[in-house]
Amino acid sequence: MTNFLTRRGLLKTGAVTGAGLALPTIFTSGASAFTNEPTGGTVTLGFNVPQSGPYADEGADELRAFQLAVEHLNGEGDGGMMQTFSSQVLEGNGILGKKVEYVTGDTQTKSDAARASAKSMIEKDGAVMISGGSSSGVAVAVQGLCQEAGVIFMAGLTHSNDTTGKDKKANGFRHFFNAYMSGAALAPVLASQYGTDRKAYHLTADYTWGWTQEESIKAATESLGWETVNTVRTPLAATDFSSYITPILQTDADVLILNHYGGNMVNSLTNAVQFGLREKMVNGKQFEIVVPLYSRLMARGAGENVKGIFGSTNWHWSLQDAGSQAFVKSFGTKYGFPPSQAAHTCYVQTLLYADAVARAGSFNPCAVAEALEGYEFDGLGNGKTLYRADDHQCFKDVLVVKGKDNPTSEFDLLEVVEVTPVDQVTYAPDHPMFSGGALGSCNAGA
Amino acid sequence: MLGLNKKDFTLLLIVAALVVFAPFILNPFPADSAMAQFNAGYPDLMQRFVIFGIFAIGFNILFGLTGYLSFGHAAFLGVGSYSAVWMFKLLSMNIVPAIILSVIVSGLFAMLIGYISLRRTGIYFSILTLAFAEMSFRLAYSVLTPITNGETGLQLTLDDPRILGETATATGSIPVTNFFGIEMRATEVMNVGGWSFQFNNGYYMCAIMLLLAFYLAIRIFRSPFGMMLRAVKSNQQRMNYTGLNTKPYTLAAFVISGMYAGLAGGLMASMDPLAGAERMQWTASGEVVLMTILGGAGTLIGPVLGAGFIKYFENIFSKINEQVLHSWFHALPDGIENAVVWVLEHFVGSGWHLTLGLLFMLVVTFLPGGLVEGGQRLGRLLRRKDAEKKTATQSTPAE
Repeated sequence: MTNFLTRRGLLKTGAVTGAGLALPTIFTSGASAFTNEPTGGTVTLGFNVPQSGPYADEGADELRAFQLAVEHLNGEGDGGMMQTFSSQVLEGNGILGKKVEYVTGDTQTKSDAARASAKSMIEKDGAVMISGGSSSGVAVAVQGLCQEAGVIFMAGLTHSNDTTGKDKKANGFRHFFNAYMSGAALAPVLASQYGTDRKAYHLTADYTWGWTQEESIKAATESLGWETVNTVRTPLAATDFSSYITPILQTDADVLILNHYGGNMVNSLTNAVQFGLREKMVNGKQFEIVVPLYSRLMARGAGENVKGIFGSTNWHWSLQDAGSQAFVKSFGTKYGFPPSQAAHTCYVQTLLYADAVARAGSFNPCAVAEALEGYEFDGLGNGKTLYRADDHQCFKDVLVVKGKDNPTSEFDLLEVVEVTPVDQVTYAPDHPMFSGGALGSCNAGA
Repeated sequence: MLGLNKKDFTLLLIVAALVVFAPFILNPFPADSAMAQFNAGYPDLMQRFVIFGIFAIGFNILFGLTGYLSFGHAAFLGVGSYSAVWMFKLLSMNIVPAIILSVIVSGLFAMLIGYISLRRTGIYFSILTLAFAEMSFRLAYSVLTPITNGETGLQLTLDDPRILGETATATGSIPVTNFFGIEMRATEVMNVGGWSFQFNNGYYMCAIMLLLAFYLAIRIFRSPFGMMLRAVKSNQQRMNYTGLNTKPYTLAAFVISGMYAGLAGGLMASMDPLAGAERMQWTASGEVVLMTILGGAGTLIGPVLGAGFIKYFENIFSKINEQVLHSWFHALPDGIENAVVWVLEHFVGSGWHLTLGLLFMLVVTFLPGGLVEGGQRLGRLLRRKDAEKKTATQSTPAE
């Protein structure tokens, strides 16, 4: 260390580090109004979906829907829901005359990987909007990133209250329904089917979505008069739930509520049925299983086991309105099977984004956000829908579904028991389950 | 120069030049050309290159010098990230306190784990560190949710106290990480012809840290302390028989390398203020082992090269999907095109691990000294005369 600080040495290192420090400020960038302002004849959207992990099935279906939406926006295919959409500003010539291109990424159902993937879409590919996600943890993480980077995040399948609750962001928008709405829609049906004197046992996926769904369902069922015996958290990566099922047999619980989704739910339901829970009689009542958030893909994965099991869903392909039928038709023509609710929400979100850009006349995230806030629309499969300005959550009817007893095909697995009207699932923006966060102000980046 | 001999100083200068001009070097293709796919010169990836470079340099101080193979180094990276994010939540968005805390906390954590694990050597040591890291991951994932926010990952919110800074900016958003006012996310873009080069403040911050970390590593390698660590690697038993207690040396090496990991974790959080539990998973620990061996364990520059190599594959090759392949081979007749694409798609996109695995096998089989040895062989071919001259980057094969 003797000649550590010679005059020459100091000068030399000074020059090197000085050059490093000075470089970023030497050049000035061409001033653009916002992050990734599309300047050429194309605009790039980023679709960030899980292609591996427990939600990979949903991710694959989301990607199909995105590809279909891009085709329709560019004027290829039959136009799908663009014809039934209440707003008719989209002309099938891309968005604002710019051809829509897209990049895809794998979130791996991990927050870190999802953010890295979204970052590379924004920094390398110049994406002006990010959509996708099949896990609320990922959606919350990517939404935060989009807020910081100054691009719009159109959430795909994310059901946690937090996405538009305590983690809501000005640049993030959600079309999908949430856990509170599931609870509010499901509770009356459960009361009429199973009575008001029940003891519930929860198995919950251990992350933001599971936590908020458990909270919501617990609150909704306890207000019916049900008792909650126990709530147990299970890791998201778990594939075998036997060790969580056996303790249920030791309690006097007579309803099992599975706050699981995707591959988790398929495995936990299968385990529960294997252990004979559905044949069991407790307190003189038939033991029942409830899956608050249901999807066709899950029903297909669980096969026979879903028969007669109640749950809620955002959308189902058997709906008979013009929008749903148009979407099922163009999706079916392209891929040969009906779309899932995840595909539906992603398709709708892409159209809503394009429509908002067209109405605002700009890709500027702040202008787009303004166009979406408080926007009322119809014809996208859920009836009349409102994008509430206070929290960027869509309010629409919620479907209560049941596993079909006699399915006619491998896609016809769920039947709609009740369409819960929007008023019954609406809550105040400052509801305790959603409090604690703030939208902040929109960020256009750059 | 700077207490280094001429060879080492040249090496430091080369590394400095590489990181300073990385935005040019990593962006060889014009932005709208078909080859732009292979450009790696965007801020997020460049930051990852240098951050994982630091991580691997630190790991190499332990593994390359003492031969102790730790399979749990990601735990220190994770602990560093969590400490840094907590600093952003509680104190201020300045990255200096965050990085200092992350280095200190991971150093203490390394002291604890090292004290226990270093009671054993060889495979037992590896298993112990693996067990500790997996325990940390599980704790962060579920039990410690109030501190780590579980699977969602620890994030900043608008109502964090930030007692020395501002809770929210005037416009109502979360303030961004900065170095005394220099925003980490800010990027300058220089457009030259069809190329667009991105200069990101955060990247240069990481680059300076990398150079400091690299310089420190050279000093450790060349010091009597480094010599002692090498002695531990070659024959620890003999040293014990001569009456020398090696444990303080190995523990010091373990703590130093844990602090390097903490620095990397802190920097990671400074560039993107989020800390997820997956950062601590055993796969992340395995990755740094791969980086070091791939680059050349025990060499100075090897780990940095290895880190760059793996991160490049992870971020660039994984992006090549079926459609991209079809667009490359659309000139071929349909049947052949589909066949070629079918074969190749298993090696790119989500199958990039397969390509990496194959390359790793090839490197370990034919170049046991890693990429550095490959470079040396190439150099020897080019200038035969200097072949026998021992250079600073002389490799010591991994055990």
